[in-house]
Amino acid sequence: MDYVLLIEQLLNGFQLGIILFLMAAGLTLVFGIMDLVNLAHGSLFMIGAFVGGTLALATGSFLLGAVLMVPAMFVIGILIETIALRTLYRRSHLDQVLATFGLILFFNEATRLIWGPEGLVIPLPDFLEGTVALGAGITYPLYRVVIIGIGLLVALGLYLLVAKTRFGMLVRAGASNRTMAGALGVNIPVLFTLVFGIGAVLAGLAGLIITPITQAAIGMGEDVLILAFVVIVIGGIGSVRGAFIAAVLTGVIDTMGRSFLDLLLLLVLPANAAEAAGPALSSMLIYILMAGILFFRPQGLFPPRGATAVQ
Amino acid sequence: MTHRLTAAGAVTASVLVLCAAVPYLAPALDEPFYVIVFARIMIWAIAAVSLNLIMGYGGMISFGHAVYLGIGGYAVAILGFHDITSAWVQLPVAIGLSAVVALVFGVICLRTRGIYFIMITLALAQMVYFLGVSAERYGSDDGLNILWRSDFGTRHFDLEDSVVMYYTIFAVLLGCLLVKWRIVFSRFGMVLRASRSNDTRVQAVGVPTFRYRLVAFVIAGVMCGLAGFLQANLERFVSPDMMNWHRSGELILMTVLGGTSTLFGPVVGAVIFLMLSEILSTVTIHWHLVFGPFLVLVVLFARGGVMGLLGSRDTHD
Amino acid sequence: MTKDARGADLVAQGLNKSFGGLQAATDLSVSARRGEIHAVIGPNGAGKTTFVHMLSGFLRPDSGKIVFQGHDVTDLSPAARVQRGLARSFQITSVFREFTVLENVILPVQSRLGHSFRFWRPVLSDPTVLEPARALLEEVGLGDRAGVVAGHLAHGEQRQLEIAIALATKPSFLLLDEPMAGMGPDENRALIDFLGALKTDHGMLLVEHDLDAVFALADRITVLVYGRVMASGRPAEIRKDAQVRDAYLGETQV
Repeated sequence: MDYVLLIEQLLNGFQLGIILFLMAAGLTLVFGIMDLVNLAHGSLFMIGAFVGGTLALATGSFLLGAVLMVPAMFVIGILIETIALRTLYRRSHLDQVLATFGLILFFNEATRLIWGPEGLVIPLPDFLEGTVALGAGITYPLYRVVIIGIGLLVALGLYLLVAKTRFGMLVRAGASNRTMAGALGVNIPVLFTLVFGIGAVLAGLAGLIITPITQAAIGMGEDVLILAFVVIVIGGIGSVRGAFIAAVLTGVIDTMGRSFLDLLLLLVLPANAAEAAGPALSSMLIYILMAGILFFRPQGLFPPRGATAVQ
Repeated sequence: MTHRLTAAGAVTASVLVLCAAVPYLAPALDEPFYVIVFARIMIWAIAAVSLNLIMGYGGMISFGHAVYLGIGGYAVAILGFHDITSAWVQLPVAIGLSAVVALVFGVICLRTRGIYFIMITLALAQMVYFLGVSAERYGSDDGLNILWRSDFGTRHFDLEDSVVMYYTIFAVLLGCLLVKWRIVFSRFGMVLRASRSNDTRVQAVGVPTFRYRLVAFVIAGVMCGLAGFLQANLERFVSPDMMNWHRSGELILMTVLGGTSTLFGPVVGAVIFLMLSEILSTVTIHWHLVFGPFLVLVVLFARGGVMGLLGSRDTHD
Repeated sequence: MTKDARGADLVAQGLNKSFGGLQAATDLSVSARRGEIHAVIGPNGAGKTTFVHMLSGFLRPDSGKIVFQGHDVTDLSPAARVQRGLARSFQITSVFREFTVLENVILPVQSRLGHSFRFWRPVLSDPTVLEPARALLEEVGLGDRAGVVAGHLAHGEQRQLEIAIALATKPSFLLLDEPMAGMGPDENRALIDFLGALKTDHGMLLVEHDLDAVFALADRITVLVYGRVMASGRPAEIRKDAQVRDAYLGETQV
């Protein structure tokens, strides 16, 4: 096996993991703290791509577009939370599923109406084109390196925010025990709104930075959303650390499976069988991983404290 | 149960009579297209009825129920692709495969609750969806055509005859409603409904709820697999889109629209949903723009769905 | 086995349980005899509910053993313990709120009659289930409330129903987690009489805050403080125990 290809795919997997982490980090806090099933988080991914992309095209600078996207997504997130989601916290999960499913239909159609059915192509700025040499004969696209860098920075920032600040302490208290957080005199509604706003920015960022590689398309957040669910289930609801580890795990296993599983199968199966089973099995790999982890740890790898008590 | 004629009862009776009469009414009204529309509606109704058994009565919000439509459908299509058209093979395979998948998925996801359960059912369904997409031999995204409908080997019961096809669907719908009605009020249904209300308490009176919930999950999977079997035969076509997670969402939607915890609600929900999308999509292609917020409003203000508004209550809320 | 444990129906031996850093039970040993009411008292946070959860199987102890009628039940599920005759009630009323009173006791009755994999016959027209359920409701004084939706009952009646659900499994031993919670004095007295009458056929372990009720009913009392047994003995001994008075009784009305 070619080790250059191996390392390249490893990096690709890591980069997918970073995107998944940006989606899952906000989502796992929303789930953990608010006990809200928010399917529309995938729409935030899409809105981030379209809004950020439009800002980039309007200002003529991808970087400026990305910077402007942050406050824009924060405001959009807060608007969605206050207008539509706030009333849902006290509702059953079924109501939440249905209402946020309705929101997806709405956002998809609104995007189609505003930007047209073809989506949006955002070119990569020149200075982010090209490759970097990583040594030992490995070159890797510069932009993907940038994505990984941004992801690691956000992860670090989020870690500091959650672990070292008073805001983070309240968030952690909320994720493991909502009643206690309320008893501490926390203004829960404001906390919820802020957390949701941050989640919206992270999802939007994930959507925007992937756009130069793919393109902004309607419904682009939905597959990522379901992968983010897998990540959250593996990592444990409410745990940012769990989300990071699970996201990287999921990204790497999925990417490696798609590239190398058929080769591995060749070792044990005849060629035509391996060729048929390879793609099928690799598309199922992360779900099998999820099922396996769930079987041994129904609360995920890093359950928040207090989640293991009697239901 | 009371025997007086309620509004909900009247709706139930009229919908069933309408379903029965469509093959005669539609041509008479010069709208033969409605025969296939109603056949589709009834198939979705079967799927929604099966979902409601676990969701409305067992509190299991499965966001991957459409996967069984795909399994039932692909059983017909793949066997047909390999020239096995006998219904006596296809039907048991469709049922058996649905049961096995539901059993395996159930064992995995019934160990969890709440948000976890919703996410895991969705993820497992997505896995099968991608399996369909990656199956190049069976058409991947483009799906698979079905040349011959399931062959029961007798001229007296031939699904190629559109009237036979229609009334087979109708009969299966009635059968599923009957089965669900009996189950819900049986001892098994008692355990199921009680576990929705307070699962800990059910265990505390000596009932190991897991196995009951699992069996309900399998029954619902098989019922929905039957709907998939019928859908493949009706449309002569299957594709991974049958198991797209939007289909699972729509099934939940129909059920809630009609009324969870009511026997007939899902049927009414299927009629309303599909008729509404039929009509709205002729008004504007952007009908989802209206429909999305409409759903949110239904959730917020019309609790209990249509049948709930009409006063139908099987269980006391 | 200690001297106490001989002839006992329900024995907890050296139970330990911690949640994260919090030690909720430390070397907890209690044995309760048939025909007696064994009360467990202690201040808030003493680990009483954790103890009941472990005895009934809803929590697994980190170490230690639970023996019921000579069988080790430590690894049995809650449902399996009930099938052996060890039933419980809950501190927070957990009746099936949307079911009628009758339906609330039908479920435990059908549980006692064997498995519930019966899919066809409506349970409400099945006399093998209905008759014992109605008889039980008469017995506990809820006979005329059979058709009422449980969520609409008065609080006292819900507490009664709570115990009736446990009784409907025909247990030989009852774990009662604060049966008096939130009841008025009149209701209290009626419930004390009712529980006293149950003593002849059932072993009982009673966790309770209301010390009047405890001293009126209990044959033995165990005092828990911070997850440890501080004292155990006859009510008169407990009343006299200086340590208990200091730690617990002193700050209440006794």
